[in-house]
Order: sequence, then structure tokens, then C-alpha cells
Amino acid sequence: MKKGNLELSVGIFMLVGILCLGYLSIKLGKMEFVGGDTYGLYAEFESVSGLKQGAFVEIAGVEVGRVESIAFLPAKGVARVNLRINGGVKLQDDVIAAVRTRGIIGDKFVKLKPGGSEKLLTSGGRIRETESSVDIEELLSKYIHGKVE
Amino acid sequence: MAIRFLLQQLGGSALTLLREMGRMLTFLGYALYIVVRRPGRPIHILKQLHFIGTKSLFVICLTAVFTGMVLGLQGYYTLAKFGSEGMLGSAVALSLIRELGPVLTALMVTGRAGSAITAEIGIMKITEQIDALKSMALEPFKYLVSPKIIAAVLAVPLLCALFDVVGIAGGYLVGVKLLGINPGTYFFEMEKSVVGRDVLSGFVKSLSFGLIISWVCCFKGYTAGHGAEGVSRGTTAAVVMSSVLILVWDYFLTSVLL
Repeated sequence: MKKGNLELSVGIFMLVGILCLGYLSIKLGKMEFVGGDTYGLYAEFESVSGLKQGAFVEIAGVEVGRVESIAFLPAKGVARVNLRINGGVKLQDDVIAAVRTRGIIGDKFVKLKPGGSEKLLTSGGRIRETESSVDIEELLSKYIHGKVE
Repeated sequence: MAIRFLLQQLGGSALTLLREMGRMLTFLGYALYIVVRRPGRPIHILKQLHFIGTKSLFVICLTAVFTGMVLGLQGYYTLAKFGSEGMLGSAVALSLIRELGPVLTALMVTGRAGSAITAEIGIMKITEQIDALKSMALEPFKYLVSPKIIAAVLAVPLLCALFDVVGIAGGYLVGVKLLGINPGTYFFEMEKSVVGRDVLSGFVKSLSFGLIISWVCCFKGYTAGHGAEGVSRGTTAAVVMSSVLILVWDYFLTSVLL
């Protein structure tokens, strides 16, 4: 085979492979190579039972970001959830974050309820108002054992 | 006396095993040293990339599409029992990206390119071409081993990425076109459940598999015995050993990366 053809075929192979790798890592793996378009916030929840990394963050049912990571803060005994919000979405500092369930056995997601404050949250800011995930089992057992007032 | 004989046999085989492992590790160390210090001419690497990568495209696509399709069928059968056929996309994508893609790609490359590498180097060994290189004060590793290792480490992850994408398309074909899952659900569930860590672990796996294939196959060729029989035995041993190593290493890597 001529050298030109060899280079061409190897070039095509590399291109195809890199395209596939790019699709996997950017589209499926959600890797951010250009990080300018989003910003990070965090919120502390009493319980995030069932919430997973990569879960949606929604306002009015529209996806505006993702859950970046979840960690346990031993000092406070709460869960710290890092959120990555799309750059175009501005949030007030009295926004309320709630862990909600889609459907009855569906996935957990973080629902944001916009506030009325003048001040906007900036990158690295903290959402102060949070509502933990509703534990259906706990509610049921309360009901069964008659602890619901 | 019988006990003494048995013990001698045991000790002897243990020593042989240790010696072989030591030789393999020394080989790897020296090969990596040559890769870093004298990687060889680009044209040699290009030729190996063509042989290991481009020529494997067809067989990789073929195995990938059928793997994806059978995953679609099996996954549908299993998920239908829980009434969650919608999760088929994530089932197919996760099993391909995390596990099947890297392993099956590595096994296919072992069978297709690894055996050829061993045979090629083995024949050069028994026809004393390697000794000829040495007597001309040329470093045989620079011409024979280093381009193959570089090409395999580059080509296997790319082939693996292709395997994943084609396999996902195969799963789509069966799940959506044949079994009637909503195409939006298929991709939505997939994008939701796959995270960067999954892709990264598949990538790391296939990188290390590329090194294992080229290392074992070059070593077995380099240490081939005498005559045609020696080369044939070396080729068989190379394929078996690198397949087994891939599967064992895969387990340990998964348990570390998980």
C-alpha cells in the first residue's frame, strides 16, 4: 500500500474512533470541556434519600441543571448537594430547593421554587431554603402507627 | 520417596512460574523504557496502527452490532418482568460502556491482531532476523516491540469507543424498531444514567487492555521456541494468556474503579 493511502486509512480510523469517544464522553458522560456556560451552587438537605448524581434540577418542570455531586457532612449531619446550573438561569438568594419524586416510584429530582428577593445567587453560592425528600415509607408507618395528628 | 517426588514437582513448577513471570515483567519494563526513550519511526507506528486499528474496524463493528442487538433482546426480556422496558437504553449503554465494550474489543483484537504479532515476531526470532538486528547493533525492541505497544495502546481505546457506539445503535435497532420502545425514552434513560465516571472507567480499562495485548503477544513471539512448532505453540499461548489476563485484570480493575 502507498504511504499516502496508509496515512489516509489510519486517519479515517483515528477520526472515527475520536468521534465515538467524543460522543460517549460529552453527550453521555456529560463532561464539561468548556465550563463557561454553567455555574455551581450548593444546598444542604436533611435527607436526599434516592437522589443520584446526574439527576435533573428543574424549575416549573423545565430542566435547568444537574446534580453534580452528593456528600455527607459529618459535622452538621446533613447532606451537601452540589448543583450545576445553566448559565442563562439566574436564581434569587431565597430560592427554595426541594427533593421531589417523579411519579410514585419514579426518580428523584431537585425542584427549585423561585423566590422574590432582589439579590441573585452567584457561583459557589448556597441555597438556604431546602425541603428534604419525602419518605413514603415513613409517612405510611406514621399513618399506620397512628402518629399523624 | 513418593512424597519427596511430589514436593519436588511442586517446587519445580513454582520456580518455573516465578521465572516466567519475572521474565515477562523485565520484558515489560524494558519495552516501556524503549517506548519512552526511543519510540521508533512514525511510519512504523502508522503501519501498526493500520494493522491493529483500521483492519479491525469491520470485525469490531460486526461483533458490536450483534452484541448490542442481543443485549437489547435479553435486556427487554428481563426488564419486561419488572414492567420497566423503558430502562432498556440505560441497561444496554451501561453494560456496553462499563464492561462489554472494553472486554470484547480486547478479546477481538487479541484474536485478530495479537496472534499475528506473536507469529510475526516468532518467525523473525526462529529465522534469526532478531539476532541479525542485534549483530548490527540495532535495538530490536525499537523496531519490533515499541511501535506495536504504542499502536495497540492508541488503537484499542478508539476501537472500544466505536464498539460502544455501534453497540448502542444495535440495541436501538432491536429495542426501538423491533420491540417498539419509544426512541425518546431509549436515549433519555441512557443519557440520564450514564455518568462521566462510567465512560472514564471504560476508557482506562481499554487502555490497559491495549498494553496487555501488545505486551503478552510481543513477549510470546520474542521467546518462541525452535521451529514451526515453537511459533505455533507461542501463538496459542499468547492468545490464551492475553485473553485470561484481560478477564482477570478486568475484575480487579472494576473492583478498584467502581
